[in-house]
Amino acid sequence: MRFDKTEISLALVAIACVLFGFISPGWLIFLLTIALAKALVVQGVVMQMRSGLVSFGQGLFYCIGGYTVGMGGQFFGIHDAIAALALGMAVAIVVAMILGLLLTRYRDIFFAMLSLAFSMILFGILVKSQGLGSTDGFNVHNWTLFGWAPETGADSQQTVFTMTIAAGLLIAILIHRYTKAGIGVICEAVRENEVRVEYLGLSPRWLLYGNYVAAAAVSALGGGLTALATGHVDPEMAYWTTSGEFIFIALLGGLGHVAAPFIAAIVFSVVRTYSIEFVPNTWQMILGFTLLGVIVFLPKGLWSLVSREKSGERT
Amino acid sequence: MTNILETRSLNKEFGAVIAAKDLNVQVAKGEVVGVIGSNGAGKTTFINMVTGYLKPTRGEILFNGKSILGHSPRAITRAGMARSFQVAQLFPEMNVLDNLLVALAAAESPRPSFLSPLRSDARIARAEEILAEFGVEHYRDSLVTAVPQGARKLVDIAMALIGNPQMLLLDEPTSGVSMDEKTGLMDTVMNAVRQHGVTVLFVEHDMDVVERYVSRVLAFYSGEIIADGKPAAVLADEQVRDLVTGHRPTQKKGNGAS
Ligand SMILES: Nc1ncnc2c1ncn2[C@@H]1O[C@H](COP(=O)(O)OP(=O)(O)OP(=O)(O)O)[C@@H](O)[C@H]1O
Ligand SMILES: [Mg+2]
Repeated sequence: MRFDKTEISLALVAIACVLFGFISPGWLIFLLTIALAKALVVQGVVMQMRSGLVSFGQGLFYCIGGYTVGMGGQFFGIHDAIAALALGMAVAIVVAMILGLLLTRYRDIFFAMLSLAFSMILFGILVKSQGLGSTDGFNVHNWTLFGWAPETGADSQQTVFTMTIAAGLLIAILIHRYTKAGIGVICEAVRENEVRVEYLGLSPRWLLYGNYVAAAAVSALGGGLTALATGHVDPEMAYWTTSGEFIFIALLGGLGHVAAPFIAAIVFSVVRTYSIEFVPNTWQMILGFTLLGVIVFLPKGLWSLVSREKSGERT
Repeated sequence: MTNILETRSLNKEFGAVIAAKDLNVQVAKGEVVGVIGSNGAGKTTFINMVTGYLKPTRGEILFNGKSILGHSPRAITRAGMARSFQVAQLFPEMNVLDNLLVALAAAESPRPSFLSPLRSDARIARAEEILAEFGVEHYRDSLVTAVPQGARKLVDIAMALIGNPQMLLLDEPTSGVSMDEKTGLMDTVMNAVRQHGVTVLFVEHDMDVVERYVSRVLAFYSGEIIADGKPAAVLADEQVRDLVTGHRPTQKKGNGAS
């Protein structure tokens, strides 16, 4: 397997992050872990945006990933973190394969609202589920990694951080390839002209379906990692404001590069943490102005600050 | 010899508008058929029905002797019938090369790869050959939106031909193209088509273009075929002169939205 420049850069940054993890304070590690895990969910949103669909319900898969990890440990004796994360992705894939059959018939606002509807249904079910802690959710603990049980606290925080970086790197490389592969480019083609794609002998619907399922798996991984990092899951994960946050971060980063969601998620977390700390009660306002600024001045997201890409050139 | 395309009493109504009335068309393999008719005569509707975009109200469509009625456009494309559009249908935010690469990948497999790159050296080389064949190589890296109308039409047709169709339906290939570019464009297209041995049916408003390239003409008038035969005969037909061609020259200007 050969790695291109982007992939090598991603790997170097990932290694640097892991090393940085050993010297940085716990709160920062925690902040970065959550940001990067959420960035994975955002990657799922971005994958769909590339195909022209805005999912207003990606919280569904975020929540599925989180709850599967939690329930795996709680009820089914699946304590291994990797197995639990994989199970979360598998459940998300199955759910996406079913919902996708209906969702891929819709476009634009209808797709957005229908995806929102499904996430709110899950939210509603979880709120009513006493066994799963209702609105409070439940704690996720006692997980292991290859039989080793990290101690709660710094030890486990460090482990989840490293796992998140590793997962982030793997997914980033896969998405980087996916975006340039047949399906990735043709999904963009679907966004631009569905009729033409159909007349090339392809099914726009099945392309969107494949993309939807892949995006669900990626987002579920983000949810699972978040559950491990916070040690807790609750129905809020499927609430519409959570999905809105993912769209926000996706717009903030832009579709220009696979690294954009990661950077945007970190910027988002830092801005939120500091504004809540230093100028309380203005968080929503700051959020609003940030979004305004991005849409007006950086319609292609923060990544356009980094890229020297001229209009018309593609990398 | 069997007909490559045959329609049997094909009808299409849009509410009160009869866009196709008992169309019985037979096209033999290797023919080059011209379709003429004034605006709204039902030419595009015919192509849309044959390629699965519109479902006929009644009737039957056979491609290579098999019914393709009710088949999806992609199934019909895969079966070997390609089309171009009155207004070129491309991927506007991609460059010309990428447009062709997508078409090449689509032609290779109905299931695009999840991980192997679309922009492979082999595909790029093939796309460059095609660009050269159609004389649009200098637009290789231009965004579609920056490419002139005529070249867009050529890219559109090139993409249709990439799948190696047996039959190609062209909806006004020269519309929106200046008078002096028309023959150049059609020469390019017809050369490419001949090399691939494709049966062609094309809609055209310019009678000079029609006479120059076709072996047979179908004249449409308000959803009906009023004449079918050799170009000289059809163009001399009184009804056709009255209802379709009028007093020559009758070239339609502009784009002809549809
Ligand atoms: N989707 C549609 N809904 C309603 N009416 C339609 C539709 N498509 C076509 N028509 C009508 O059917 C008739 C035939 O239209 P069609 O587009 O086939 O004509 P055409 O011969 O291609 O004309 P032009 O030279 O302008 O392209 C017209 O009266 C048109 O208004
Ligand atoms: Mg027309």
